[in-house]
This record gives sequence, structure tokens and C-alpha cells, in this order.
Amino acid sequence: METRDLILIEHFCANHEIEFSFFNSLNEFGLIKIIVQEDNKYLHQEQLKEVEKMMRMHYDLNINMEGIDVIFLLLNRIHNLQDELRITQNKLKLYDNED
Amino acid sequence: MEFIDYYKILEIQKTSTEADIKAAYRKLARKYHPDLNPNDENAKMKFQQINEANEVLSDPEKRKKYDKYGKDWKHADEFEKANQQQSQSRGSSGGKQTNRGEYEDFSGDFSEFFESMYGSGAGGRSKQTKFRGQDLNAELHLNLMDVYKTQQQTLTVNGKSIRLTIPAGVENGQVIKITGHGTPGVNGGPNGDLYITFTIANHPKFKREGSNLYANVDLDLYTALLGGDIQVDTLDGKVKLKIAPETQSNTKVKLKGKGFPVYKKEGEFGDLYITYNVKLPTHLTEKEKELFTELSKLRTNGN
Repeated sequence: METRDLILIEHFCANHEIEFSFFNSLNEFGLIKIIVQEDNKYLHQEQLKEVEKMMRMHYDLNINMEGIDVIFLLLNRIHNLQDELRITQNKLKLYDNED
Repeated sequence: MEFIDYYKILEIQKTSTEADIKAAYRKLARKYHPDLNPNDENAKMKFQQINEANEVLSDPEKRKKYDKYGKDWKHADEFEKANQQQSQSRGSSGGKQTNRGEYEDFSGDFSEFFESMYGSGAGGRSKQTKFRGQDLNAELHLNLMDVYKTQQQTLTVNGKSIRLTIPAGVENGQVIKITGHGTPGVNGGPNGDLYITFTIANHPKFKREGSNLYANVDLDLYTALLGGDIQVDTLDGKVKLKIAPETQSNTKVKLKGKGFPVYKKEGEFGDLYITYNVKLPTHLTEKEKELFTELSKLRTNGN
């Protein structure tokens, strides 16, 4: 894994003015994966968007870790259902404007 | 421009305390937050309204002004001026701030009503980008033929040209992520991403389901009855088909590999399903009627 894809968690915390413990909690709940390299803790860039979402849920909406965990499971389900819906809607198009 | 009842939006009373407002905002935000309502434009709009209402009602100064002039927003400035003159205060107009900063894509927009009362730069408490850049969303409208072959296209998003490879077989409604082409990150944060949603128009002749195509082909009565050769269109050009004698209307044939390209599988194609529609002749001449009558006598049961 290249280091340029890794975000130093301390740096992220400083920018967002949040405690490091927030990341520890996310890690404990299995919501993120912290990568340790030479005593530094990193987050993969791909996870950043999700982490920002979790941060908004926690700090702006007062949702605890258990709640975030449940929400992410449900959001995943919504994404899958939305995908299925899109495919079904495209299938239905076959019957549109039938002569 | 209409008056906006911020109390109604937050479902609270005019007498509500700061704590009530905070609680009401949090409750509604949990319901309509875009993070919790993916791809829901109504929720996004509602969340913007809630944010705006909270922006005003949770700020004592803004709330005071709103309570005093809200309904008379058209004359708010005149009232203010008159007040300032009466009290001979050194009221400064302050100058309208125009720099909004980079807001999260779902919390930055304020209504005209809000801006007329507080100025366009007054929504300062919205979240600004602090690290990772914002994601951008774009919609690309294409025809079926545009996604029949992989092609390069240059798009202009937010004033920037992006060279994009559109893989053959993209489906209607499919979203593709272009990493790093959102707005730039700040303080060393990565750029946001660009999400492109494809809207693919129906083809007049071919209907598509995944990588399969469906088309109707008209057959004249005599070819259907006696058989023969016809030429049919495919997306790949014309092909010759043999029609068996006594082919019934609604008969389906499959042309293997003549369908649509399979997404991200180079060289793989779906099938083309053709349904024959037997067209009966119209405007029969007297002679034809005579012959058909004769034919009908040969088959007394009609089948």
C-alpha cells in the first residue's frame, strides 16, 4: 500500500478539531480500519468519505457508535435496493410505448 | 419571494427556548440529513430549509430581527434605517459579504428570503470544507448508440475540462466515480470525487435490458405463410434471416451475440431477440377479396 493513499489520523483530527478517541471508538466498533506504520496511525484515503459521514452523524446529529453501525448497515441495504430498483425500472422500460 | 415561517419548519412555537430549538433541529436533521437519505432530493431540500431555520432561530440576533421584521421583510431595511436615525446610532451598513466559502454540498444554499434579510454571506455557520474536497455530481445524457462502443469524451465540470473514458455497455441510471475530480482538498486533504450519472435515452428501434436487445420486425403475410429471406437491422449492421414457412405472429428468434456490449467485458455481447409481427394486407382489391374468399372455403374451420 502506498503511503500517499494514507491519511495521518492526527492530521485529520487537527483539521476537523476532533478527538483522536473518536477514531479509536470507530475502530473498536469495526467501522474503520486503522493502519499502523512506524508508530503512526493512518486511515486509507478510500475510507475518508465514510469517516466524514460518521463524523457528521456523531457530532452534528448526536448519534452514538451503535447507531452509526446500524445506520451504515441500513444504508448499505438502501444502496443495494436502489440498484435493484434501477435495474427493475430499466426492465420495465421494455414494456413502455408498446405498439 | 415568499415569507418563510421558520418556526413552522422546525415545528416549534414562537415562545420556544434555545434548548427547544436545538432539540427540534436535531430531531428533524436526523430525519432529513442527506447522509441518511441517499439520492433523495426532497430530503435534501427539506434539510436545507431546516438548516436555514436553525441558522436564524438559534442565533439570538438573527432571531430578534426575524421576529421583529420577518413578516414585513420587504420593509425591513426601511424600518432599520428609521430606527437607526431615531436613536442616532452610528449604524454601519456593513457591506454585503459575497464570499460564501466552500460549503458542504448539502448545507450551503439559503433562500432568497434569508438573503434579503441577512445578506448572502450571513450563513457563516455552515460547514466549510476543512480537509477532503467536496464531491461533485454531474448528469450525462446519451443515446444508446453513444454507449455501444467505448469512447473518450471531454466534459466541462465546474469550468474544468475532464477527459473521460465512457466504457461500452454503461446502463441507464448507472453512476460512475471519477476519483479526485471533485473540488480540491484543503490542508493537504485529498480532492473530492466526481460522480457521473448516465441517463440513456430509449432507442426508437431497439429496447435494451442489460446486454440484451429486443426489436420487433414486421413480416408481410406471404413471407410469413410461404417463408423467404428478409434483412433486419442490428446495431452492428444488417443481417439476412431465413423465415420458415407458416411463421406465426409473435414468434421470437434469438440472434446470438448481436445484442449490446457487456459492461467492462471487452468483446462480449448480449443477444438480440427479434419478435415477428405479421402484417395483414389492407385495402384489398376486388380480385384479392375474391381469392381470399376462395381460400377461406378451403378451410371451413378457419384455422
